[in-house]
Amino acid sequence: MAAKKTSKANVSKDDLMHFYREMLLIRRFEEKAGQLYGMGLIGGFCHLYIGQEAVVVGLEAVAEEGDKRVTSYRDHGHMLACGMEADGVMAELTGRSGGYSKGKGGSMHMFSKEKHFYGGHGIVGAQVPIGAGLAFADKYLGNGRVTFAYFGDGAANQGQVYETFNMAALWDLPVIFVIENNQYAMGTSQQRSTSSAEIYERGHAFGIPGEAVDGMDVLAVQAAGETAVAHCRSSKGPYILEIKTYRYRGHSMSDPAKYRTREEVQKIREEKDAIEHVRDLLLTGKHCNEDDLKVIDKEIKAVVNKSAEFAKESPEPALEELWTDIYAQVED
Amino acid sequence: MAIEILMPALSPTMEEGTLAKWLVAEGDKVSSGDILAEIETDKATMEFEAVDEGIIAKLLIAEGTAAVAVNSAIAVLLEEGEILSDAAPAATIASAPAPVLVAASVPAQVQAPKQGNVVEQDLPEGTTFKTQTVREAIREAMSEEMRRDQTVYLMGEEVAEYQGAYKISQGMLDEFGTKRVIDTPITEHGFSGIAVGAAFGGLKPIVEFMTFNFAMQAMDQIINSAAKTLYMSGGQMGAPMVFRGPNGAAARVGAQHSQDFAAWYAHIPGLKVVQPYSAADAKGLLKSAIRDPNPVIFLENEMLYGQSFEVPNLSDYIVPLGKARIWREGNDITLVSFGIGMKYALQAADQLVEMGVSVEVVDLRCLRPLDTETIVNSVKKTNRCVTIEEGFPVCSIGNYISSVLMQEAFDYLDAPVINCTGKDVPMPYAANLEKLALVTTEDVMAAAKSVLYR
Repeated sequence: MAAKKTSKANVSKDDLMHFYREMLLIRRFEEKAGQLYGMGLIGGFCHLYIGQEAVVVGLEAVAEEGDKRVTSYRDHGHMLACGMEADGVMAELTGRSGGYSKGKGGSMHMFSKEKHFYGGHGIVGAQVPIGAGLAFADKYLGNGRVTFAYFGDGAANQGQVYETFNMAALWDLPVIFVIENNQYAMGTSQQRSTSSAEIYERGHAFGIPGEAVDGMDVLAVQAAGETAVAHCRSSKGPYILEIKTYRYRGHSMSDPAKYRTREEVQKIREEKDAIEHVRDLLLTGKHCNEDDLKVIDKEIKAVVNKSAEFAKESPEPALEELWTDIYAQVED
Repeated sequence: MAIEILMPALSPTMEEGTLAKWLVAEGDKVSSGDILAEIETDKATMEFEAVDEGIIAKLLIAEGTAAVAVNSAIAVLLEEGEILSDAAPAATIASAPAPVLVAASVPAQVQAPKQGNVVEQDLPEGTTFKTQTVREAIREAMSEEMRRDQTVYLMGEEVAEYQGAYKISQGMLDEFGTKRVIDTPITEHGFSGIAVGAAFGGLKPIVEFMTFNFAMQAMDQIINSAAKTLYMSGGQMGAPMVFRGPNGAAARVGAQHSQDFAAWYAHIPGLKVVQPYSAADAKGLLKSAIRDPNPVIFLENEMLYGQSFEVPNLSDYIVPLGKARIWREGNDITLVSFGIGMKYALQAADQLVEMGVSVEVVDLRCLRPLDTETIVNSVKKTNRCVTIEEGFPVCSIGNYISSVLMQEAFDYLDAPVINCTGKDVPMPYAANLEKLALVTTEDVMAAAKSVLYR
């Protein structure tokens, strides 16, 4: 992790508490999802976000109302961080009518118009031009909004990413390309798949500024996000954040993760964990004590357990739902 | 020896053009590479260069003459010192690459039927018609909708400054400006994805593919992103947009540029698929497509762009999606087609009528939703059906219609349904083979005679 460290000196207690709470919610939610998957309540593919929490939490801290986000199939964290309800997300994972897509999308395909979350896309890289398109619409409508288009180091080798870089730069689209570099494209390490050591530098070819960020430090992510958002909102065009992060779990629930050692994962968990980092800041900064954090832990656990209950109890979609939402009705 | 300079073919589908301007006069000495004339095709105005050296002895066609056929003599060139003799037959030179073959390969254009609006009895009384090409009708549909709705915009390769690779968007940049008529780089996958995102974000994009052959690069965004998101989001958001452009064989452009994708797109739930034949339908259906809240694939045909039809003179002429048009009513046989296939269907119908057969011709216009009701009702009346399309035979639109008829009109059929299609081969380049690969009026006649047992 050679990314620069830009922790802010004067971070407030409220901010730290907020980050702790949000990141913990994602981790506990994902742990619960893994558990429900193991119980057969969640089917298909399920890609957990554990380890990468600081990326979305740091960036959501700099988003304003109306800003948009779009990501890949590893999307649970993004949804929770932008304010979507844990109940609706978990119920979608179990394929129930209370899910955000009424059970018809699943883990990889979830959306919330209300929260400006545009998916949840299952095809690696497809969300990148879509994100630029959302920014295109915002620029066309002149509403001052920016879009966060998240993708991984694996998607960064898709051709459509560079087609999009070209047009986003050509047309000064207000889009932040967030490369969540967790170092493994499924089972293929960056060294084995990617010619560049620093993926964000590929933006230079298109005149798109960018930087590498320590994605295990939520404050560094937030600071970089502020730079990126300011750039986009002042009509200067796109910006790239390559956020160096790490996923603790396999690519999906069915990944045995033989391509890396247990020691490698363990080392990062012990030395770099983003939640532990904020916890340390809170405690050593005397913002709170262990008991205060335990109260938060308990609250989060309650939210997650409630979502799991909701996801189990929410009925399966009515059979008629098979035939709805294929076409939008033509207005007369 | 005197050489005749011939009217050149300047595009794969050009059959005639306007000799807009002579840039040489009789008596001028010209060398190879000199510009002789400006020639206007339906797509562009092009400069025409001399191939041989000599003296312009005679200009055979006056400038400003329209509809000059490809390969007709437009001037006579003499070698220096030579004298023009009326008696001496001039040697002709082929000024364009293989123009004779080009002309031979282009199927003769059928005269557009003026009436046939059987389905459209609901036009306001006293509606007048104007003669318009399919090209003009498509342009008018887009322009009218862009005037009506500020969120509609056009993007694609060469749509703005070049005025459209096929001149569809000619003049639109001037009217709507660079914000709404947008030249893209050659990057179908990328700009289709951007358009899908723009549709999610509240706009109504019209994406022009220079041809649908290139849309193969964008297939993932069309199918996986545009068509499926409404369903995957539980109805929260979809992609109100149009993907349009020429589809199917042009002429002599080979396998990678000649393919009818109707069946491909018609396969996908979430898409609507339109393939008009006439200019009126192109206009009315495209306006519906742009207003539709779903992704619509609008398949045009290069061979039809220049063809004229009667178009209702209405300020807001709309044709609803999903309704077939009955071009001709009859009792003995139903010919079902769409797009350029209608040309062969109508030609065959004329021949069958001369044989004393009463023919019903159904133009599907829309392949998804497919108006099976009109087909089934027609076949219940005629008891015989031939489908005609340019696409490949396996898993074709005709195959699906046959299956529908088996299930819904089995007892009414007096003969097996026959599907006339393009041949099951990649499109060959050679003129004679290309002709053989396309569906032909003869194919339709043979099928019709077979089901009529004649």
